Amino acid sequence: MSIEILDVHKSFGDKHVLKGFTLSIRDGETTVVIGGSGSGKSVALKHIVGLLRPDGGEVWVDEHNVSRLDQESLYQLRRNVGFVFQFAALFDSMTIAENVGMGLRRMPDFPDADIPDRVADCLRMVDLDGYGDRLPSQLSGGQRKRVGLARAIATRPKYILYDEPTTGLDPVTTAVIDELILRMSDELGVTGVVISHDMKSAFRIADRVAMLYDGVIRIDGTPDEVRACEDPIVKGFIEGRPELMAAGR
Amino acid sequence: MAAPTAYVESVGRTAVTSVSAVGRAGFLGVDALRALRKASLWGPHLLGQMARVGVDSVPIALFIATFTGIVLALQASYTFTGAVPLYFVGALVGKTMILELGPVLTGLALSGRVGANIAAEIGTMRVTEQIDALETLAYDPVAYLIVPRILAGAIMFPMIVVLANAIGILAGLGASLALLDLSALQFMRGVRLFFEPFDVRFSMIKAMTFGITVTSVGCAFGYQTRGGAEGVGRSTTRAVVISSMIILVLDAFWAAVLLR
Repeated sequence: MSIEILDVHKSFGDKHVLKGFTLSIRDGETTVVIGGSGSGKSVALKHIVGLLRPDGGEVWVDEHNVSRLDQESLYQLRRNVGFVFQFAALFDSMTIAENVGMGLRRMPDFPDADIPDRVADCLRMVDLDGYGDRLPSQLSGGQRKRVGLARAIATRPKYILYDEPTTGLDPVTTAVIDELILRMSDELGVTGVVISHDMKSAFRIADRVAMLYDGVIRIDGTPDEVRACEDPIVKGFIEGRPELMAAGR
Repeated sequence: MAAPTAYVESVGRTAVTSVSAVGRAGFLGVDALRALRKASLWGPHLLGQMARVGVDSVPIALFIATFTGIVLALQASYTFTGAVPLYFVGALVGKTMILELGPVLTGLALSGRVGANIAAEIGTMRVTEQIDALETLAYDPVAYLIVPRILAGAIMFPMIVVLANAIGILAGLGASLALLDLSALQFMRGVRLFFEPFDVRFSMIKAMTFGITVTSVGCAFGYQTRGGAEGVGRSTTRAVVISSMIILVLDAFWAAVLLR
């Protein structure tokens, strides 16, 4: 196992978001975590890179207990983890090329002279060849997400975490992003964790699907296993039938 | 009974929120001190921040200083008429600009311009997850964003204040020549009469602490922003109000400590 999340609890004020969240991410696979809005999916994802610290439980990445790492060790670990943010989180004042090259400047062994080539390579991978001189404000939402992905893969990380990569995109752009996620897995061999509530997209890209409900993992299995699940909460969510979910509560 | 209980709860919640905000700001201050050793992160941005915090603030600082100098000269002349020799106008303009109005008015004006700008910029970066993005790219956001801004404030505020003091005195001189029965020699005699080199040091010490205050309060409120555009607006307003209040408290503090 490369990423292990064990019995994680997290509260914000009175709101207990994660109530014993446990999930194993297998090397080389793309795991999609599904769940309703506000169920804590993004919160769980941020624990993997130490952007949030658990109130209880542990998060292990490559045999490092993330919640116990000091700042420098955490930065070291993050060089192996790319993060694609829901709204891309591009730096407004920088060009696309500067955005994509940001992580490379923090790689001690990566020569500065090689950064332009690597940036161009990454932009080519996300079909944005020639966009390097533009500013984020000059791109569409889908293009910004692709730049976010290019930035995440620039350091050739072992893992990529995607926080709702297709939210707010039209079906065609969603398919393009899905295709890119599959390419990252196939061509770069990265382990992916994708947060989504887009069922079509989730089942298209997933090797495994886990559903977060009421702060815990309700089901964790292959896409076929999840589709075949008779649990009314899981079935109701996948099929978009709130009455079924209400019956299962 | 419900209303008093709700009131006590509300007061308690506000107190806890305030104390925890001060605590977070304290931790941020410690982090900023620690981040000073990461010069490779803040060094490349220092000059740019000095230009934004300092050079871009010169016009507003000089505008304020000019009119302050003019008003000081005219008010001094009005007050002294018949009782005190008129060349004391120069003494009052010089002393008041250097000791008090140069640093304080500049500090207050820049808390609006610089402090608000910093709080809005960092606050927007926080709510759009750009600060989280920096962290995931292995950048220490405190070293990258906060340290260069605070250092720029500490370096540039004294320079702006020295300039403002000089322009204020020159404006007072101009007003005296144009509107009062006072020559340049008489005005400068007054300026020199009570001038102490310590006054300039005092002015710069105050300006430096004001610079650190305005930039660090702006950074702290921006960094702790929550809740989208509304949160950014709230942080910006609070940064300006709190840094203005701290400037006035510091003003009294330095007078009590250094002028006795």
